Amino acid sequence: MSDPHGLENGLQLAANIFDREKVGKIPTRNGFGEGLVEAGKRDKNVVGICADLTESTRMQAFAEAFPDRFLEIGVQEQLLVAMSAGLALEGKIPFVASYAMFCPGRAWEQVRTNLCLNDVNVKIAGAHAGVSVGPDGATHQAIEDISIMRCIPRITVVVPCDAPQTKKATLAVAAAIGPTYLRFGREKSPVITTDDTPFEIGVAQVLRRGGDVAIIVCGILTYNALIAASELAADGIDCTVLNNHTVTPMDERAVVDVASNCGAVVTVEEHTVLGGMGSRVAEILAAKLPTPIEFIGVQGEFGQSGKPDELIEYYGMGISHIKDAVRRVVARKR
Amino acid sequence: MTMPDARVIELEERANTIRQDIIEMLVEAGSGHSAGPLDMADVFAALYFHTMRHRPDDPSWPDRDRLILSCGHICPVRYAAMARAGYFPVSELMTLRKFGSPLQGHPERTRLPGSETTSGPLGAGLAQSCGLAYAARMDGKAWRTYCVTSDAEHQAGLHWEAAFFAGKYRLNNITCIIDRNNIQIGGDTEEIMPLEPLREKYESFRWHVLEIDGNNMRRVVDALEEVKSIHEKPTVIIAHTVPGKGVDFMEGDYLWHGKPPTSQQAQVALEELRAVAGKLRAEHE
Repeated sequence: MSDPHGLENGLQLAANIFDREKVGKIPTRNGFGEGLVEAGKRDKNVVGICADLTESTRMQAFAEAFPDRFLEIGVQEQLLVAMSAGLALEGKIPFVASYAMFCPGRAWEQVRTNLCLNDVNVKIAGAHAGVSVGPDGATHQAIEDISIMRCIPRITVVVPCDAPQTKKATLAVAAAIGPTYLRFGREKSPVITTDDTPFEIGVAQVLRRGGDVAIIVCGILTYNALIAASELAADGIDCTVLNNHTVTPMDERAVVDVASNCGAVVTVEEHTVLGGMGSRVAEILAAKLPTPIEFIGVQGEFGQSGKPDELIEYYGMGISHIKDAVRRVVARKR
Repeated sequence: MTMPDARVIELEERANTIRQDIIEMLVEAGSGHSAGPLDMADVFAALYFHTMRHRPDDPSWPDRDRLILSCGHICPVRYAAMARAGYFPVSELMTLRKFGSPLQGHPERTRLPGSETTSGPLGAGLAQSCGLAYAARMDGKAWRTYCVTSDAEHQAGLHWEAAFFAGKYRLNNITCIIDRNNIQIGGDTEEIMPLEPLREKYESFRWHVLEIDGNNMRRVVDALEEVKSIHEKPTVIIAHTVPGKGVDFMEGDYLWHGKPPTSQQAQVALEELRAVAGKLRAEHE
């Protein structure tokens, strides 16, 4: 039996996604915290290192479960990365955590040289990404991090859509080899997937299948994309929603497939449109299948203080904005 | 136990050979740094031919001592020492900075096993050394980590982040060696951004400090031995060196920090170094 909202049955998605009262809401950082403890149980080489944000990055549970494998290094994000390179050279699997603005933000050259050029197995956990950090304001809202990470050779960049997926991504990242950036947020965000939903690095997920427009999304805005698609279906526009959680290496085949099926694309990310996930989609399609694209994200501005939902709306990443972008791109179809 | 004079002279001969290699490599490469590699030849001879436990035919030997070259730009001295120790053929030194060479302009671990890490951007070596040393402690391993730094890279904040870390965790298995030659690419360190008092800075970061003449082989070897008996904290050896050491017209001149000799200048330099080699050989025999 097909799902009334057009969701893919095989993915075992959450039951109450479209019920605004009942939909579960958990911060993606909680998924990281749970995943890291589990990763620590599975592999004794997993080490946690934090730059004075142990509680808010949710590394606290790991620190309590494995005190001998946890290091508090103070407000020193460059050290966080460079030192972890040394640990990784000796076979440890360091997870280094801070706010995305500071790590990778402040530590870009260390990520580039000490981790990626050096080809070592370090995992960067960037918490509090996006404008949804809210009241802390622009200084703490990382909206450029995907761009500055994805341009570095050898790195893997993963942006999961909700808390359960962040947990699975944490475990997958721990088990994979190579420098990796895992991005997640602070606020409670809707739960879309379940424990039974599959997750594999580099394999994008079609959450909903439609033939008019492909909405390609990563991170917590996946929820907005699904709601927009559901509402658009009532207006006769049938959208595919592709959860494109791995920005690097991107699932090129999935991107080309959905673009080929729909002939029009809207990309959605809680990040600047300058160089982020949407830009990678555009690079792929420009080379392989030129397709009209609309880009949802922060349009080359800095954030500011405010409530998370208020900021998502102000910066044009709300459900109505996605719907408008879909209509615009439909009009551009040849 | 005091090292016999003959052993000191033998190490001085090693340093002299390394200096000759450096000159030949730099002329062949046509670019690179002269002053730092030359002034650290004594330290590298001591490390590779006396102090460190290592196996040139097995660069990944798990129990080897680790040497991180933080100031990657002086890599010719490391490459020459490695070649002379048997890591790769001496003839390969002439590929320095050339396309496809394992001997990149700044060291890359993935291209040259045995270089331990990738380094060049200044200030990052001690941090990586801290990771190595902490891992050794976690695993109960006895090997030591040596980190060679320039003096000017102490202007980089990251280096002091690492100094904090090693002090907090009392990483007594780490030894930082500073090439205190007082010059950097743009001039005198104390004019560009004063580093002094360096000893007091390290002491306040909870380090043990040794200060030596870094071009005196016996002092170098003794200091590297002495650090093994410091168990309370990490140790830094401030090695006072003469930039361009061994080549008369380069010594003490910051303009030789970032350029190679011409082939004529190299001839003069090699003649001087070979004369010293002859004297050392005579003393040895």
